[in-house]
Amino acid sequence: MTKTKLFALMGASTLGLMMASHAVQAQQSGYLSFLIDNGPQSVAVAEAWVAAYTEANPDVTIDIEVRPGGGEGDNIVKTRLATGAMADVFFYNSGSLFQALNPTQNLLPLTDAPFQANVQDSFKSVVSAGGEVYGAPFAPAMGGGIFYNIPLYAELGLEVPKTWDEFMANNEKIKAAGKVAVIQTYGESWTSQLFVLADFFNVLAEVPDFAEKFTANEAKFATTPAAVRGFEKLQAVFEAGYLNEDFGAATYPDGLRMVATGEGAHYPMLTFGVGAIAETIPDHLQDVGFFAQPGDDAAKNGLTTWMPDSIYAAKTTSSPDLAKDFIGFIASPEGCDIRNEAVGATGPYMIAGCELPADVPPAVSDMLPYFAEGGQNAPALEFLSPVKGPALEQITVEVGSGIRPAAEGAALYDEDVRKQAQQLGLEGW
Amino acid sequence: MTAAAAPALKAQRRSLYPSWFYAPAAVIYAVLFLAPTFASLYFSLTRWSLSSAVFIGFENFAQFFREPFLIQGLVNTVVYAAISSGLKVVLGMLLALMLTSQIMGRGYLRSVIFFPVLVSTVGVGMTFTVLMHPTNGMINEALSLIGIKGPGWLVDPKLALFSVALVDVWKGVGLATVIYIAGLVAIPKDYYEAARIDGATPLQNFFYVTLPLSRPATATVITLSFIGGLRTFDLIWAMTKGGPGFASDTVASVIYKQYQAGFYGLSTAGNVVLFILIAVLVVPLTMFLNRKQGFE
Repeated sequence: MTKTKLFALMGASTLGLMMASHAVQAQQSGYLSFLIDNGPQSVAVAEAWVAAYTEANPDVTIDIEVRPGGGEGDNIVKTRLATGAMADVFFYNSGSLFQALNPTQNLLPLTDAPFQANVQDSFKSVVSAGGEVYGAPFAPAMGGGIFYNIPLYAELGLEVPKTWDEFMANNEKIKAAGKVAVIQTYGESWTSQLFVLADFFNVLAEVPDFAEKFTANEAKFATTPAAVRGFEKLQAVFEAGYLNEDFGAATYPDGLRMVATGEGAHYPMLTFGVGAIAETIPDHLQDVGFFAQPGDDAAKNGLTTWMPDSIYAAKTTSSPDLAKDFIGFIASPEGCDIRNEAVGATGPYMIAGCELPADVPPAVSDMLPYFAEGGQNAPALEFLSPVKGPALEQITVEVGSGIRPAAEGAALYDEDVRKQAQQLGLEGW
Repeated sequence: MTAAAAPALKAQRRSLYPSWFYAPAAVIYAVLFLAPTFASLYFSLTRWSLSSAVFIGFENFAQFFREPFLIQGLVNTVVYAAISSGLKVVLGMLLALMLTSQIMGRGYLRSVIFFPVLVSTVGVGMTFTVLMHPTNGMINEALSLIGIKGPGWLVDPKLALFSVALVDVWKGVGLATVIYIAGLVAIPKDYYEAARIDGATPLQNFFYVTLPLSRPATATVITLSFIGGLRTFDLIWAMTKGGPGFASDTVASVIYKQYQAGFYGLSTAGNVVLFILIAVLVVPLTMFLNRKQGFE
């Protein structure tokens, strides 16, 4: 029915208005709602995409809806999906959080959509369930590691650390110079997880099969020394007094501002922060560099990588064809160019034909060697295992503010993980 | 059935209206209250994903009581309720005494004290979060002017719960004051005259006349604020989200976090626990307070 209506509309517009009809691509019409999170970059890029798409397809109306991020956002997405009230197209994490959405039941399969031919298989694997692919990349790939302030490093004559001991030695010099060595922002608790999550390359370097064993309930954080290290690192920077005074109340934008303006030297974060810096503090974009979270061995220095967040269509959508077309537009080289234009380039794309502009900010060019030939990287645990405990961010706040020792924090996280595995109905729990 | 029918018949004889007038209210009550209550009892025994539910017996309850932070949450809940209702009783009484005496601008002061009750709780929470910021907050900046280094009100795990409870008192004391004002005004003047003839001091006046005779008001204030404190959620969520870590978690915020994580069965089990907890604490409390009231 929509098809006939569509053709009727097309006919009417081409005949009636005598418009130039060289557009071979079928024009779309209809209505979509598009749910995104309220981060400034997400809003900026979503608005740019919608503007470009509706300009090419004037008969399409797309309403952008905004939700909070973090746990509050998880709640909204899960509840709206479960109650059949989800927006037609929406943005959400890939990997373990995607698995928790019950995709086979709630999401529209996109396996056969033409744009999937250009999407890298490594990305498809983190948005697949039951043999179907459900997502398309919303953003470039990311790395989890540590932002540092380049002018401060130059001023104090510091080198980018390759081991944790070098990192701590740098911190000591920065503290001695009267500066904040490590910025933490527990006012937004999700930011507290980075030291643990971004340490996963170092975990895999020592225990290559940790992810499989973890999923099968055979390996635990608390009983794997390499896995406890992440918690210990979190505790170590607190105990050494390297943190900013207001670490308990500071927020994510505060952290980005501090590392960009040199109020602090290091900020553990995902590289998508580059986009937010470009958006809010563009004058200092060139002052922020990036390195992978160092492990114990300089020879095994590599980056923990994050697959991009993804864009999905709800199974309940009333216009699946339009939804697929819009998602295909976002996951096309044209979509990437619009993103580069709107919020700048924050990392390598997962889509064939998407290019990074020549003048990427230093934090991005610092990250690219880890992805290049000869560089070392490994996916974060949440892309290798469907199990991620929801209370990790509270536990890392505790360990990172000296309330709970690292070993106990790791043990508590193992408890938390068990609930998630049981809810997912995994074998062996 | 017959036992229920007998009193209904008796009531019918006295009532002007036929008993089916109760039907609309009964339907609403059954659909919106009874049905969800019994449904939640069932779902608390399942692993539930909103679309499918697997029966797992009492495992959710076992899990809920294994939550390492649940015990702390329970203690926090009771501590929070006790602090906020205790302070509301004391401060509400003192403010009511002041506002029933002959002071300047009494009407204005009464509205000022009551005003915070009218403001949205979440709004109050967000405002105080800004005021209580450890380094840029107005409270600590004011303290630093007189040479005191203010504590991290909401970020110190030992203080966070108390800070939130204090804000709860600030917001709720107006209501307690109004209840006390009504109670104090209702005390007959004869008692005070008799006390004056007996040569009672103002302090004796308060302890032997005002305090015993305002017991009904005290019972109301304690019950209302204690129940409110037990199931408090909005203020805590707006200010600390149970943090830092789990330091200011209450039963309600633990339940909400389980719901947020998609553990619907587990969080429903938590609600059943909260329901029982409130019943166990509040039923004896009200019985105690009301019995004393009967003796007066």
